[in-house]
Amino acid sequence: MHIHRSPDAIAADRARYEDHQRRGLNFAPKALPEPSPRPAPQPAPDRILGHETIAGGWYSTLTLRAGEVMRIEGAAGTSVSLACWSARDTTERMNLPDTVKVQWTTELRKGRVLFSDMGRVMLSITEDSSGAHDALTGGSTAPDAPEGGRNCRDNMVLAAGKLGLSRRDIPAIWTLFAPVRVDAAGRFGWRGSLLSGNDWIELRAEMDLMLALSNTRHPLDPHGGAEPAVTVTRLAALPVPADDLCRTASAEAVRGFENNARGA
Amino acid sequence: MAQIHDIAAERPWSGIVRKGQIIRIEDSHGQQAIDTIFYNATDFGERYSSQDTMRANGLAYISTGAKVVSSEGRVMLTVTADTSGRHDTCAGCCSCESNTVRFGHETRFLHACRENFILELARHGMTKRDIVPNINFFMNVPISPNGAMTIDDGISAPGDHVELRAEMDVLCVISNCPQINNPCNGFDPTPIRVIIKD
Repeated sequence: MHIHRSPDAIAADRARYEDHQRRGLNFAPKALPEPSPRPAPQPAPDRILGHETIAGGWYSTLTLRAGEVMRIEGAAGTSVSLACWSARDTTERMNLPDTVKVQWTTELRKGRVLFSDMGRVMLSITEDSSGAHDALTGGSTAPDAPEGGRNCRDNMVLAAGKLGLSRRDIPAIWTLFAPVRVDAAGRFGWRGSLLSGNDWIELRAEMDLMLALSNTRHPLDPHGGAEPAVTVTRLAALPVPADDLCRTASAEAVRGFENNARGA
Repeated sequence: MAQIHDIAAERPWSGIVRKGQIIRIEDSHGQQAIDTIFYNATDFGERYSSQDTMRANGLAYISTGAKVVSSEGRVMLTVTADTSGRHDTCAGCCSCESNTVRFGHETRFLHACRENFILELARHGMTKRDIVPNINFFMNVPISPNGAMTIDDGISAPGDHVELRAEMDVLCVISNCPQINNPCNGFDPTPIRVIIKD
């Protein structure tokens, strides 16, 4: 039933992995930059495609064409959870396990990218003032919400429904402005000092996308009270230079964008 | 009477575990990642949720006592025994596509867990869209406090096993991981055994 591989083949694969590992953990081609400055600078008026405010506790859906940018401005006391799908084939969706695994880090910040389950890049993190986001622990559910309150899970089911999708399509979600960190024993903690109250992020669509956003307090956030509204701005595409940070920051990102370029 | 299922290296498997039964997943030869997803046997729309599970347990790893939580926030199974230590549920399963990103385009045409899951789920009327982030039993993926994450050599010895008690009727879907580009299988995938007992 089982034929063992030869010691030579095993040694060759191990050497290649350790080379990838060394470069991934220590020697990325580009060091990532400092966080983006706060407050967010005003975008050029002719670049603004639309503004939207998501009321506290609520959700929204939107579409982005490849190249367009979504700016999300946070507010003290809430987080924004995000899921996205390829508009062309919604079975291709954000895949956080692949995203953190291939980039050798759970900390997704300026210069990093988000991958789909098909090895392609869906979003680039082109600006980010905090780096304080959560790729691991998801969002609130009904038991987390105060009596009659709203929760992230139901918001995601509703948002998916309005995009013609169902709960079967909801991937693991990424939560912005949620400084969840892991200690040496694997326990989660909330590092509130990483947030500033006027943090912001810009995400560039790398393919045509449908997105769901939920403006809900993260279940590990120790603070209470009603969530404030957050603002989402869609910005027109700009030319992407050959040395674009997100497209060249690591060997893995380069190969991901090669998959994008190859198409189906 | 116990059901014994021997699963060949690199192959998928699925089976029903009834409420109250115990499923033992055994790493027969050691250092073998076993990618596992659970579905509610009567409603496949309810399935394992890695994020709800990690939050419910307050831990980034799975071990004895852990609750395995569904997308609807319900406990599907409880880990009742674990001779190995801790198991990953952050890193997902391997795929031909992610292999190209991780290890180079020349690794595209190698068998992968996502291939196994698509084939096995098809037997139950499910598709690629039903693949969710899984548990990687016997896979060692330490996460550092600075966020760094790496797949290290497996720490399981031959015969190490986990046991889970089903708290609802579940469909268990396994990919016996075929990855040879990293140390999760000691670069040499091996057969495993699953035992379901009352």
